[in-house]
Amino acid sequence: MSIIKADGVSIRYITGDFKDIGLKEYVVRRLQGRYKVTEFWADRHVSFSLERGDMLGIIGSNGAGKSTLLKAVSGIMVPTEGHMEIHGSIAALLELASGFDGDLTVRENTYLRGAMLGYTRKFMDEKYQEIIDFAELQDFQERPFKQLSSGMKSRLAFSIACLVSPDILILDEVLSVGDGAFRKKSGDKMREILNSGVTGILVSHSLEQVREMCNKILWLDHGKQIAFTDEVSLYCDAYEEFLRTKKLPQNRQQVEQLASGWQAYLQQQRRQAERTEAQRLEAMLESGTSEAAVQAAVSVLKKRRPDLLAAQS
Amino acid sequence: MKTLLKKIKSNQFLFEELVKRDFKQKYKRTVLGMAWSVLSPLLTLLVMSLVFGQFFGRSMEHYTIYLFCGNLVFSYFRESTTGGMNALMSNASIFTKVNVPKYMFLLSKNVSALINFGLTLCVFFVFALADHVSFGLHFLTLLYPVCCLVVFNIGVGLILSAMFVFFRDTGYLYDVFVMLLMYMSAIFYTVDTFPPVMQKLFLLNPIYCYIKYFRVVVLEGNIPSLGFHLLCACYALVIVGIGGFIYKKYNHKFLYYV
Repeated sequence: MSIIKADGVSIRYITGDFKDIGLKEYVVRRLQGRYKVTEFWADRHVSFSLERGDMLGIIGSNGAGKSTLLKAVSGIMVPTEGHMEIHGSIAALLELASGFDGDLTVRENTYLRGAMLGYTRKFMDEKYQEIIDFAELQDFQERPFKQLSSGMKSRLAFSIACLVSPDILILDEVLSVGDGAFRKKSGDKMREILNSGVTGILVSHSLEQVREMCNKILWLDHGKQIAFTDEVSLYCDAYEEFLRTKKLPQNRQQVEQLASGWQAYLQQQRRQAERTEAQRLEAMLESGTSEAAVQAAVSVLKKRRPDLLAAQS
Repeated sequence: MKTLLKKIKSNQFLFEELVKRDFKQKYKRTVLGMAWSVLSPLLTLLVMSLVFGQFFGRSMEHYTIYLFCGNLVFSYFRESTTGGMNALMSNASIFTKVNVPKYMFLLSKNVSALINFGLTLCVFFVFALADHVSFGLHFLTLLYPVCCLVVFNIGVGLILSAMFVFFRDTGYLYDVFVMLLMYMSAIFYTVDTFPPVMQKLFLLNPIYCYIKYFRVVVLEGNIPSLGFHLLCACYALVIVGIGGFIYKKYNHKFLYYV
């Protein structure tokens, strides 16, 4: 049975100048026939399904509808058309640090967030210490939340969302939280969670992360689904080539073309890099007046390519 | 019914935490904050009894208590509904990021208004005692209009909070409406001077009905008729029904407007 199943999901946004006009202005505009709302589809006919333990990477440029889709998965939005089936509890890490209350203490905010994620008081009592320890906020428990630094805030948010062991984990650009040490810790924790059989969805602009962590890929462009596939590296290649050339693939063949284009580009880059490095080294040796530079070159050659030296002498 | 109970149970923790949060936000952890919420209606009462006592008080026994009844009910209504109106907008940053039942915010705001009302009610009874109003078991019936008011306020809150999301000037319009309502609720005057037809018209105002219930019990020592009970319940149920319908219909659209 699939944990998440999206079937032709479409989400329509409405925009326009309706937001800040009041009731009076609304009535006036309605009477004058000047009231306009424009609609646009943030997601159109998106279908995918995830089994237990799957990790889906959603890729696409800005405005592709990734975050909107995540909102639909986490139940914040309801699809305008289509159908979304979810089996299990969800922890959604969307824009982590928002939704906390500045006047409440760290402890109170932790409990409040836990409650919002749908956990019980007993569960939070058990997990609280672990969360604080993980976020390294032991000395700040009774401080008002607004006094924390922004890094600390996201650390707390991350810890709460991760330590409550959900069935489904949704990550929206959250793997780059905190300083270097915490980032490593959170990355490790994330992998540990994913290995424990959680179903995950990851939105990231870092394709390295996607390649490393995901086994399925959903490619969106302006709300349209370009691909849903488990050929991660092929499609990541194609996507990177798309980012370079801005050509959308229409069929499988073009995807392969794009991917091989990307590989060729990479190779070219690599050759280019090698060439510049060789040039730089040569220049250094040429301009080096000291004997030491030449000695160093010879010793490197001795170690790495003794055959070259032998042929010379 | 069973799913509803289950839903309430699963959200109980969230509800408690939200109530705590609202309470702390409101009083900022100060003792004086709590005291002020009792003191403020008392000061209003003082001003009103000074001003209107000269006009209406002379011909009436227990005028202060009469005034207090009106103020008590009306300030609870005002606080609870204006709080409820803001409940959705002020928590917009939460419900656009986390999937929580949005009516929870409204309910928790209502609870903190209710606590406030409870405190003022205690002061009210002290005043009534000091003014030699005869206490009795019939005071227990006061629970009935209080329950009606709670339901009524939740209903108005549902309507207003949805409207406030769609139209940001709802707040100003509502202020004007509340003022009008206050003058029509016979808080500081009596309806006895009006012709009987006009007196009947007052019954169209739900707030007036709830105030009247209080006055009949406290000042006259009676229990209102069965028909009056039905009228009170009817207003509450109709309003909460409309509110619930609006909430259910637009629930998923709030997101686009915040």
